[in-house]
Amino acid sequence: MRLQNQRQIYGETLLELGRKNKNIVVLEADLGKSTMTTLFEQEFPDRFFEMGIGEANMTSFAAGLSLTGKIAFTNSFAVFAAGRAFDQIRQGISIPGLNVKIIGSSAGLSDFGDGATHQSVEDIAIMRAIPNMTVLAPADGIETRKMIHKMVEYNGPVYLRLNRHDLPDIFPESQEFIIGKPYMIKDGKDIVVFSNGIMAAKALRAAEELEKEEISVRVVNVSSLKPVDEGEIRRFAHNMKGVITTEEHSVIGGLASVITFILSGFSMPFRHIAINDRFGQSAHSYDELLDEYGLNTKNIIDSVKLILHK
Amino acid sequence: MNKTIAELEKIARILRLDVIRMIGVGQKGHLGGSCSLSEIVTVLYFSRMKHDPDHPDWEERDRFILSKGHAALIQYAALAEAGYFPKEEIYSVKKLGAMLQGHPDMTTTPGIEGNTGSLGQGLSMACGMAAGLRLDGRKSKVYCIIGDGEIAEGQIWEAAMAASFYKLDNLIVFLDKNRLQAMGPVADRYNTNPLAGKWQAFGWHVAETDGHEIKEIIKILDQVDEIKNKPKLIIAHTVKGKGVSFAENVVAFHNGELTGEQFETACSELEK
Repeated sequence: MRLQNQRQIYGETLLELGRKNKNIVVLEADLGKSTMTTLFEQEFPDRFFEMGIGEANMTSFAAGLSLTGKIAFTNSFAVFAAGRAFDQIRQGISIPGLNVKIIGSSAGLSDFGDGATHQSVEDIAIMRAIPNMTVLAPADGIETRKMIHKMVEYNGPVYLRLNRHDLPDIFPESQEFIIGKPYMIKDGKDIVVFSNGIMAAKALRAAEELEKEEISVRVVNVSSLKPVDEGEIRRFAHNMKGVITTEEHSVIGGLASVITFILSGFSMPFRHIAINDRFGQSAHSYDELLDEYGLNTKNIIDSVKLILHK
Repeated sequence: MNKTIAELEKIARILRLDVIRMIGVGQKGHLGGSCSLSEIVTVLYFSRMKHDPDHPDWEERDRFILSKGHAALIQYAALAEAGYFPKEEIYSVKKLGAMLQGHPDMTTTPGIEGNTGSLGQGLSMACGMAAGLRLDGRKSKVYCIIGDGEIAEGQIWEAAMAASFYKLDNLIVFLDKNRLQAMGPVADRYNTNPLAGKWQAFGWHVAETDGHEIKEIIKILDQVDEIKNKPKLIIAHTVKGKGVSFAENVVAFHNGELTGEQFETACSELEK
């Protein structure tokens, strides 16, 4: 499976779209080498605004740029893009529905070494709670590219959550992406696993392993956390023996909340694989940290078997 | 647009009167910080800014952001007087479903350029607008009003650094120095001095004016227009509650109610 880096894809796609659309402007808070906005900066220095370490000002400044017809992208680590600038996003951007795209880079636990201060476990929850906000968390590089195209076509505020590391492709190049639509990546008839971000590939892997034991798992990627096509979610859960959600985010306010709310009338076992209301912490490797929080293929396999009493 | 000073003074009085009418009797309203701005807002809307009430989206217009969004009543009065919407609308302010919200809302009110109310953010928005207009090669200016209480917000100083770094000389900011905030004097909370020195140190051109003398406000705007490569700050020395005798310099009228008697007194003073 090919590995691609969501940040790299983001930087390249932003540059590519910037060549076609001169209204795209990019704001950065001193992390351009990491968020990959340097690619845009090199080619379009006039449309690139280095705001320094000032996420609040960057975010409201972006609102001002959008008020003159620009499509403004703000960039920082997810924990700062969504957390530090929450009030600026809520008040000046989301209430009037301005065309600002907020990019939360190095999201979840993916900045493994830097510890709790730099790991966003609640960014999706706080962004989802804001009216008018669209919230996206892609599973691979292919989806990331398609999403950025759709974000530019869509006129309104969007929060995009990106992982720091190289992730395996789970979609074919021809995959469509429509904001709001969940996509089945593997069909099955026993258990449905709803996932997104880095957990989608792990869910797919778990389903493949379980297939060898004749357990049939359906895997659905819910990368659009708001809006979500509720009918599609219900359809994917219909006639299943159980539901699992898995995400690199707090169990509060993310995918677990989205799915259980939509499926509240369904009488079947649910299990949630997420960060259990804890902060992150430093580790020497990403995988070690994901294991500590149970965000791995084994936990998905065990959860499926637990529901099926196998 | 070439109004005489006397005509502008009359408009400033009408705007104050409309603020009082919007507040009415027995309802809270931001009287003090609205009335301190009447002359500045009058000069901007009726003498200075390029704008067209019949075409609020005219691309060549100057822009106005009220960073101290709680003074929305004075902006609503100016927009109604200029003809952005029928004057009757002012009597529905803050009613459920009304066009005129408690704080400026561009989605409901023609002529409002951005949503403010959470203090400290409007200046950054004005900076972004100034940068965007310059990017498009437009000659439009961006006017912004901040409060002296508002500058406690750290974001104001983030914006101050960005504005001078980006040499936003199409940005003109009034600092409404009425010396009072919601709970008392600004000076009892923190030290804003040296106010001009702070902004100069942040790379701004700083001017000062009596915020109630129309002639002086116009003169200072003419002067700052000559300054290039720097954002401009005009410290406007004002009186909170100006024009309403019992409310001048009284903290309680930051966001207070009027009795029937006070309402009548205020109206008769302003109708003179």
